[in-house]
Amino acid sequence: MLKLPIYLDNNATTPLDPRVLEAMMPYLTDVFGNAASRNHPFGWAAEEGVDYSREQIAKLINCDAKEIIFTSGATESDNLGIKGVFEMYSQKGNHVITATTEHKAVLDTCKHIEKLGGKVTYLPVDEKGLISLADLEAAMTPQTILVTIMYGNNETGTIQPIREIARIAHAHGALFMTDGTQAVGKIPVDVIADGIDIMAFTAHKMYGPKGVGALYVRRKNPRVKVTAQMDGGGHERGMRSGTLNVPGIVGLGKACELARLEMEADTARLSAMRDRLEKELTTLEESYINGSVEHRLPHVTNISFKYVEGEGLMMGVKDLAVSSGSACTSASLEPSYVLKALGLSDDLAHSSLRFGLSRFTTDEQIDYAIGHVKEAVTKLREMSPLWEMFKEGVDLSKIEWAEH
Amino acid sequence: MAYSDKVIDHYSNPRNVGTLDKSKKNVGTGLVGAPECGDVMRLQIEVDEATNTITDAKFKTFGCGSAIASSSLATEWLKGKTVDEALAIDNMEIVEELALPPVKIHCSVLAEDAIKSAISDYRVKNGLPALELSHH
Repeated sequence: MLKLPIYLDNNATTPLDPRVLEAMMPYLTDVFGNAASRNHPFGWAAEEGVDYSREQIAKLINCDAKEIIFTSGATESDNLGIKGVFEMYSQKGNHVITATTEHKAVLDTCKHIEKLGGKVTYLPVDEKGLISLADLEAAMTPQTILVTIMYGNNETGTIQPIREIARIAHAHGALFMTDGTQAVGKIPVDVIADGIDIMAFTAHKMYGPKGVGALYVRRKNPRVKVTAQMDGGGHERGMRSGTLNVPGIVGLGKACELARLEMEADTARLSAMRDRLEKELTTLEESYINGSVEHRLPHVTNISFKYVEGEGLMMGVKDLAVSSGSACTSASLEPSYVLKALGLSDDLAHSSLRFGLSRFTTDEQIDYAIGHVKEAVTKLREMSPLWEMFKEGVDLSKIEWAEH
Repeated sequence: MAYSDKVIDHYSNPRNVGTLDKSKKNVGTGLVGAPECGDVMRLQIEVDEATNTITDAKFKTFGCGSAIASSSLATEWLKGKTVDEALAIDNMEIVEELALPPVKIHCSVLAEDAIKSAISDYRVKNGLPALELSHH
């Protein structure tokens, strides 16, 4: 029996894998020590769990275990990476380059450093959501200390040309940081091969617990340091103070291990399901895939259904937990800034749905989702005056709409 | 956001969805809202000229559940009313009937605008002056 509603919002968060919970359980009960307690076995046992997690993470992203700084999640990691570099390298320069489609944790942090006197370039993206390498090259200055571009986008799944971006940053003597929140654990991320100096990521997007994440900070070629953003006991090589969230960290490690072992199989299964969902839904007239189809995370699709209003659509697909490009919590609708950056009109941005599949998504759930969305879109179009006008060949852009 | 049962009912089973023949002299059409604002309502009335009574009403709406419910409810209320009675429908009556939250009051305003706009169109078609429409 299919249980409703069906969870297809795995870019927001993923369920905890039972195997991750199992690994965490002892650290929530018997092994409760403070990993910083060096004087007794309680502390040693906790530290052992933390160290093992570092090894599991290091294997997934091909780094050294010592290069992992534990944080409370990707938002903190993004803050620490950007603000930490801005402070640490202030003698060298004050210019940071990012993109308009970054997560708010990056964009708002960049706005913050602008207030502190920093200069930030926000690179535009093309209709697929990709930045232009020529734009990046042109934006580099002798004052550029950091280029921070996300690996895979949370709304569209678009994957940026990470290696080329890193190469350009390094050629100009800047560090390269990436927000790997959606990519780590989903696609192969190799900090050596990719040329990543700093990377933010989190457990709860890869079947781990919420409230724990990490910042990868390169230790050699070059040795990178970030200024701590929180004062205290000097944990995590002085870069992030605060008692370590041992159960969370153990969970993150286990999640990374599972991701490494199962990524290939998960990717094959999820991309096949995603492609089927996408193929079926785009048989509806006037439906458009947002973002790059060639360079994309395997478990995501974002589709706009023209002539259907976003909030009405969300109400129509009530059996699915999905996200829409419409943040309509008030009378003033704000369409997704990511989709707007791709050049989508407000109405297309509003009428988009984001489907994020997970390790636990089944074919039966996808079948149901296909039927449910098709039915809702068809019903709403039958009710839509815009659809009727479109069908009659009326050019909607020529109509003088009464503003209200 | 939690919708009231009445909004859900109108959204799930909208009354009077459809299109009247706008070439007919006794059919008035109101088209209000704008796609970029996220709401477009088209409301039509058919009037029995002898009695000045609305005999039929149809709508099509592009919008959220509350906008669909507001226009669906409006068509229900319009049928059987005289044109003058229809003009007296106030958006706050729709708000009350559907228990719309403050952020959705604009949906009821749009429905009232659509009613007045349809009546105005009917008047103009029949040689009467257009209504002064206040745009909210």
